[in-house]
Amino acid sequence: MNNEQTKVTEFEPLILAFCCNWCSYAGADLAGISRMQYPTSIRIIRVMCSGMIHPNLVIDALTKGADGVIICGCHPGDCHYLEGNLKAEKRADAIRLMLEDFGIEDERFRLEWISASEGPRFAQVMTEFTEAVKKLGPSPFKM
Amino acid sequence: MISLTINDKKIEIEEGLTVLKAAEKVGIKIPTLCSHKALSPYGACRLCLVEVSRGEGSPEIQASCTYPALEGLVVKTDSQRVIKTRKIIIELLLARCPDSEEIKNLAKELGVEKTRIKPKDKDCTLCGLCVRMCEERMGRAAISFSGRGPRREVTSPFGKSSEVCQVCGACDFICPTGKIKLHEVSKNEPHPIPFEHNMGLNSRPAVYIPYPQAIPNKATIDSRYCVHILRDKCEICKEFCEAEAINYDQKEEKLDLKVGSIIFSPGYDLFDAGSKLEYGYSNYSNVITALEFERILSASGPYEGKVLRPSDKLPPKKIAFIQCVGSRDTERDYCSSICCMYATKEAIIAKEHAGEELECQIFFIDIRAFGKGFDAYYERAKELGVKYIRCRPSSVEEIAETKNLKINYVTDEGKMLTDQYDLVVLSVGLQPPELARKLNSNFGIKLNEYGFCWTDPFKPVESNKEGIFVCGPFTEPKDIPETVMQAGGAASKVLSLLSEARGTLIKAKEYPLEKDVTGQAPRIGVFICHCGSNIAGVVDISQVVEYAKNLPDVVYVENNLYTCSNDTQEKIKKLVEEHNLNRVVVASCTPRTHEPLFRNTIREARLNPYLFEMANIRDQCSWVHMHEPEKATRKAKDLVRMAVAKVRLLEPLQRRKVGINHSALVIGGGLSGMSTALEIAEQGYDVHLVEKEKQLGGNLQRIHFLFNGGKPQEQLDSLIKHVKENDKIHLYTDTKISNIEGSFGNFKTTIETGNGQPNEINETNKPNEIEHGVIIVATGAKEYKPTEYLYSEDEKVITQLQLEEWLAANSEQSMVIAEHRKPGTGNRALTVGHRHSSANYRLPKTDPRTLKTVVMIQCVGSRDDERPYCSRVCCSEAVKNALKIKEANPKINVFILYRDMRTYGFRESYYTKARQMGVIFIRYDKDKKPEVVKQNGVLKVSLVDPILNRPVTINADLLVLSAGTIPHPENKDLAQMLKVPLDQDNFFLEAHMKLRPVDFATEGVFLCGLAHSAKSIEESITQACGAAARASTILSKDTVELEANISFVVDENCDGCAYCIDPCPYKALTLIEYMKDGAIKKTVEVEESTCKGCGTCMATCPKMGIFVKGFKLEQISAQVEAALKPVEI
Repeated sequence: MNNEQTKVTEFEPLILAFCCNWCSYAGADLAGISRMQYPTSIRIIRVMCSGMIHPNLVIDALTKGADGVIICGCHPGDCHYLEGNLKAEKRADAIRLMLEDFGIEDERFRLEWISASEGPRFAQVMTEFTEAVKKLGPSPFKM
Repeated sequence: MISLTINDKKIEIEEGLTVLKAAEKVGIKIPTLCSHKALSPYGACRLCLVEVSRGEGSPEIQASCTYPALEGLVVKTDSQRVIKTRKIIIELLLARCPDSEEIKNLAKELGVEKTRIKPKDKDCTLCGLCVRMCEERMGRAAISFSGRGPRREVTSPFGKSSEVCQVCGACDFICPTGKIKLHEVSKNEPHPIPFEHNMGLNSRPAVYIPYPQAIPNKATIDSRYCVHILRDKCEICKEFCEAEAINYDQKEEKLDLKVGSIIFSPGYDLFDAGSKLEYGYSNYSNVITALEFERILSASGPYEGKVLRPSDKLPPKKIAFIQCVGSRDTERDYCSSICCMYATKEAIIAKEHAGEELECQIFFIDIRAFGKGFDAYYERAKELGVKYIRCRPSSVEEIAETKNLKINYVTDEGKMLTDQYDLVVLSVGLQPPELARKLNSNFGIKLNEYGFCWTDPFKPVESNKEGIFVCGPFTEPKDIPETVMQAGGAASKVLSLLSEARGTLIKAKEYPLEKDVTGQAPRIGVFICHCGSNIAGVVDISQVVEYAKNLPDVVYVENNLYTCSNDTQEKIKKLVEEHNLNRVVVASCTPRTHEPLFRNTIREARLNPYLFEMANIRDQCSWVHMHEPEKATRKAKDLVRMAVAKVRLLEPLQRRKVGINHSALVIGGGLSGMSTALEIAEQGYDVHLVEKEKQLGGNLQRIHFLFNGGKPQEQLDSLIKHVKENDKIHLYTDTKISNIEGSFGNFKTTIETGNGQPNEINETNKPNEIEHGVIIVATGAKEYKPTEYLYSEDEKVITQLQLEEWLAANSEQSMVIAEHRKPGTGNRALTVGHRHSSANYRLPKTDPRTLKTVVMIQCVGSRDDERPYCSRVCCSEAVKNALKIKEANPKINVFILYRDMRTYGFRESYYTKARQMGVIFIRYDKDKKPEVVKQNGVLKVSLVDPILNRPVTINADLLVLSAGTIPHPENKDLAQMLKVPLDQDNFFLEAHMKLRPVDFATEGVFLCGLAHSAKSIEESITQACGAAARASTILSKDTVELEANISFVVDENCDGCAYCIDPCPYKALTLIEYMKDGAIKKTVEVEESTCKGCGTCMATCPKMGIFVKGFKLEQISAQVEAALKPVEI
């Protein structure tokens, strides 16, 4: 009984994952096809390219209550649009600076490269990130 | 229809069902052990009991599997009384069969961890599943109940093994406790059906999907084993197939097709490893073939990707790979080309799966990592700890007790060693396919000496029969990229041959007029898919349906067993009309595979296809949260809510069509460029062929001999003649590309010819701007100019190509004469024998008659730190030229100093021949390269002979360096103009190394020849033809549809700051100025045919001035907000 109670009160983060259509979203599908299990905390939003994600989207999400945001793109050199992922990488630095201004922990935001063939890696990254966010506790902006 | 109440919920169902089935129909799960969909109800286990009450009577406990669902019945499946009784029953069952996993799981589900009753340690619950199965479905009754009371048991008649048993194994399969043992029931030996896809390492049912990637990905019934087809019984699959797709009456059909051309690609047969008795494949269970190991490594393989060995299904600690099993031996004097790399790949993957500790040793003769990127992969394998041992073991012995295997081998240092392995993988070679002989006898297809299809080096996709083309390993063992190239090449030949008939069998699809929904409030239909039990087995669909009904603007929600089935498409179309839906959400699988289908469906229902969104509740929910049904259900609701939030804001989009320019630009006039140009011209399109040099021919101008005695210069002359005579080919020599604009379908290229003057080939008044629909890059590569081995210091040090020219220039005669005349007696002037031998290349003045010793050094400028790749052709080049010398004068000593002889495919036999003719091959290591010095005018080459383990010095009259193939430095500029990438070695990088070897990721741009990587004449022609076929996929269309999800500018928001312009990878944005309200307004304009919709601009814009259609910031934001604000209903 005691066990069940702790289960109920345990913090379950809500994490947004922006996945590019060509690599990471396909990697997430492969994780599914291979039945790789990962936490239910992840909500995937499909975008065409990781380089499409406006920094405001990330900041907005984190200031409106997301416990974590992860951007997933193709590995460098694999970008369907040549180098959108590298642009995303540069933007990620800017995002981190903005997070500092908002007093949001750096660890709530991540950028990862996950290819279409990396189903296991997708599951692993999502599990790790969820664990990391769990340790931080709920977002200070949670409504 | 009758109505009854289950768990306070009123339901309507058809008459004649049991309570259990009625509950199942409305999604209420009742636990049961003895009930089975395909068998009659039995009421043995009592787990499925429920409370039923009719009218006024007090509720009674009944087994729901036998109790009929009656009008007015009130059923409780989860009352305290039911749960309590059920717990007692499962405790009893658990006590009876404490070891049954199935019962343990059921107990867990019911919250029972342990039984309070003393275990009886029986292995049968008397559920009767096996008995009913055997009698009702298999029509055998080979087993039955016997005895009464405590002596009641399942047994075959008189406890003896049965004669009527058909050994189908259905009883064994269905038994929840594992009590039924087939060998105890039956007299006959069971014969599991070997699963062909897993090389028989495991078995499969009679109805099965042949392999996970099968097209169509549908089940088939194997009539050789199906109990229904053989004995008119069973039909269980029909019972279970909810899509009602089982049809036992389907028959094989014979069709007569009238065709204008045939392509034969019957593949290869695997070498029968059993015939190499010394390796014990047939006798030792842990000696397997590489293809079997490939299946073991696969997630869909017999052990689900776990590295296990067959004998005991335990993980091996040490694996040996033996190369060249059935290749490079006396009966098969060819190399199978792919085994070195597949063994390397398998070793790496095995270590990935099993962990670094797994030892992998590869026994090889030469590592033939000759393909693009292969040597880097080989080096990586070594870094990862894969060990390569240069030795061909003579035998494998099994140690009977451990089933381990013993191999004796000799190390590089000459030491004899014996090692033990848990698993031995035989890298079996490729053989001609069985079908080859039939094709030979029925069609007269000529086979070569090994039984593969014969082809001419200059016609690598043509059989000896006109109109019959060939591709794949049928013509020679080859890897995936070469196979794909050749397949394209064969297709191109057919496209040329049948160009008149092109498109005549195509019927264009017609759609009804699209509805205009602008200004209408969203009316959303949500379709939620069970995907059989793939989603519904985890996610509570009924909850999701109820939830979706209350989402904003949702007017219709439905759940379907399979939303992708044909009848559901019809249904969706009807419902869109009926409910006047103007947006559709499908919550099912991934848009990557199913979005096109549903978009097409709603388009057929007169909706714009972009008013559609998918929620991926299978791949990204039910499949990845299989053990958390509640959380998965909540997540599924969230995903549906996010999809609804987005679809509300979606707008109709149109894919703009643009006309196609039906001509091609081919850059490069070498063998590949000319071949592809001719192919495209033959298919009926105009070709602009641009060559930077003054004459056509490229590297082929320097090739004078072929292995088979063919005359490449004659072929080159004929090729040039054909190119010049073809009125579809517009030739520009001495011409460079200075700019390329536009995108696929409509390119515009600026060219510069020489010093601006028309040259001998170019007509005058040629425009300096060419318009064309596709581009083929065939810019070639060049021979490395060595800086080592005294190349630039001594004229007797030459490259392999220079040797070939020198050999051609000095007729064979002169070397033969050398035997009869004393050196120096005659003074025959050296003649440059062929017009193509250009003065650009210096030739040695060595008198051929004085020639005594020729030394060749391989891998000069290849496989080193600066250029880590293999140049692929140099080993064969060296062997070819060595043979030429030996044929002319066998007394000339020829030494080839090599690292690995990479005479792959049929080139192997010439390597054999060279050894037979006395060419001496001495191996050297990368870090112990030969040393060349000049002493008293004599070239001395020294190295350590690894077999003698002694230093050797050879005095060379001619030192020939097998210089590698290097990319042109201009590749960088061209790549930038084309917006295509280069690889780490500066060759052009294709869209996919294996599957798209002639495509670039950029549409409309293709690749062939040495610009891609080093390759032989036939490989260049093959790829050139393949590129032509790919080009034709665009050229044959009248229009192309552009992407709909592309950028657009919100003029009010854009202030022309131009931040977005530089980052655009496609140069699709321009800053423009126009007059607005009497003032200059700056804004950005999108070139719609160039924009690919990557959204880099959108993420860069600080003013919300530019968006990607379908991924507008507000649309993504809506998804984000929906995800964050769960509206619990």
